[in-house]
Amino acid sequence: MADIVIDRVVKEFGTFRALQEVSLTVNDGEFVALLGPSGCGKTTLLRIIAGLETQTSGRIVIGGQDVSNLVPRKRGLAMVFQNYAVFPHMTVFENVAFGLRMQKAQQAEVKRKVERAAALLHIESYLDRYPAKLSGGQRQRVAVARALAVEPAVLLMDEPLSNLDALLRLEMRTELKAVLREAGTTTIYVTHDQTEAMGLADRIAVMYGGKIEQIGSPLEIYATPATRFVGGFIGSPPMNFIKVQCSQGTARIGDAALPCPATGKDMELGLRGEDASLSPNGSGIPFDIRVVEPMGSHLLLTGSIDGQPARIVAPPIAKVNPGERVGLTVDPARVTWIDSTTGRAIAQP
Amino acid sequence: MTIQAAELPQTGKSRSMTLPSARRLLLWTGLAVLLAWVLVPIYFVALGAFGGRLGVFRWPKTIWPTDLSLAAMTQFLAIEGVFNALVNSLIAAGLTVLFSVFLGAPAGYALARYSFRGQNVYRLLVLLTRAFPLAILALPLTVSFIRLGLYDTPFGVSLIHTVLALPFAVLVTQSLFMGIPREYEEAAWVFGCTRFQAFMKVVLPLALPGLAATAIFAFVISWNEVFAASILTVRERTLTAYLLRILAESPLHYRFAGGFILIIPSVLFIFAVRRYLFAVWGIASK
Repeated sequence: MADIVIDRVVKEFGTFRALQEVSLTVNDGEFVALLGPSGCGKTTLLRIIAGLETQTSGRIVIGGQDVSNLVPRKRGLAMVFQNYAVFPHMTVFENVAFGLRMQKAQQAEVKRKVERAAALLHIESYLDRYPAKLSGGQRQRVAVARALAVEPAVLLMDEPLSNLDALLRLEMRTELKAVLREAGTTTIYVTHDQTEAMGLADRIAVMYGGKIEQIGSPLEIYATPATRFVGGFIGSPPMNFIKVQCSQGTARIGDAALPCPATGKDMELGLRGEDASLSPNGSGIPFDIRVVEPMGSHLLLTGSIDGQPARIVAPPIAKVNPGERVGLTVDPARVTWIDSTTGRAIAQP
Repeated sequence: MTIQAAELPQTGKSRSMTLPSARRLLLWTGLAVLLAWVLVPIYFVALGAFGGRLGVFRWPKTIWPTDLSLAAMTQFLAIEGVFNALVNSLIAAGLTVLFSVFLGAPAGYALARYSFRGQNVYRLLVLLTRAFPLAILALPLTVSFIRLGLYDTPFGVSLIHTVLALPFAVLVTQSLFMGIPREYEEAAWVFGCTRFQAFMKVVLPLALPGLAATAIFAFVISWNEVFAASILTVRERTLTAYLLRILAESPLHYRFAGGFILIIPSVLFIFAVRRYLFAVWGIASK
């Protein structure tokens, strides 16, 4: 088992800077998700850790050993690729055994470890089949089994669930979490799917534009986003940002007043749709409803606050109509204040 | 519209089984025409080769062979030099296959996997070698081959045939390697392979069908080539070059026998590697 230290890693493709001084420490046995939109550098970072890409500058240290200049096979890690990369000319057994065979393990040991990995991922029944005869979900299991069979110190996963349909993805996610918890492997998991990251990871590193915007537990990232980007990227519907004027420590929207942490700055009020509730008498922050979408578990209300677009989540039984103006009450402790000029969150007083 | 709607669920189930009858007719007609296109000439050549002297001149022609005999064939093979020329042809074609695959595949791999300065120019140059008419090069080639001691050897002929076959080998293998996802190799590297091991264990097995196609192509190019083979050899001629010389003054049924012998190796070779070819074309063969 091993921890991973990513130390000021920079990657440039020609003049384009894909990663700008990224630093991240992953503890032994921890599951960290790299989350971000496509093109944010998360896959590049993973490939640098794997040794498939060479960093322009910076260091990668795995388990105390500087592996920055080592070829992939000497880094003691395993990887699950986005398109699985299950070898089509080998049976499932040989695929899972591939890493062990390369380590020149004894036949009996290969058999034992392959069978254990296969049992873990429920693929025992088709060990002698070829990948062409497997469904996407089965291939995905084979790819994970191949990675786990070598009992790696570090497991890297590059969007392993993105090619599965929604139902299978949910099922695999749950299983993956159980399997990896059991194996206790240090894992870095790249995804653009926030529910995957939230559900699987011990910590999430949100990346944007080649930088890590915020690192924290799923709940921290959700409740207290460090930047405007994180708030807007995490959560469905995304966080609402309402421009407000602050004077004497108070921000006024309609007839509502909220304590605000700074004065004399352009501020934005970051408000989660589910943190606002409809006030019984119409007082509070005025919200003009434009569209009402019944989602089953809740109503999704789209409209505007003070002329700025916003989305609010209401209980499914709420009596609201499009075109109506309602009042919202919010808990001041659950809002985020963003400095408009820097886009960063301001600490609550 | 209603007819179409009624047919749709059927065609959706299994396309090849439930093609509308008109389209099936068209398909089979096409197949029949293609088969006839290939087989009828071969059949008539064979008829001429095995039908004996009389069979060649009989008119009207019979479809069924009447007096089959191996006489013409054995006599033809007994002509002095034919067997030697056949061996020379096989050597030259075999060497051409080896050189084309072993020189062409690495070039194709490099073009497919790495981006380097002058890549497009290189790709164009590879093709441009085919723009040079061999006739212009004939004299200087002969002179330098004599100097190098390559003149009148199957090895020398195979070098020229390799030049002819190599551009195709490079371009075909390039697209072949491009079709093999890089992730397979990367996965092999991560799981403990060196670059060379990854190529041997993962890329090569997947590339075999395409390499077989490349080999066939090189073989056929060499086997059929007659100009370079004629000017670069005197005694150690390849079969095509030898036949070109002797058949001009031979009876017709000998010519058929010669033609038949020219056809057979290509057909056999393609037959031998057809499994890989089918795999390239995406036709399942069990």
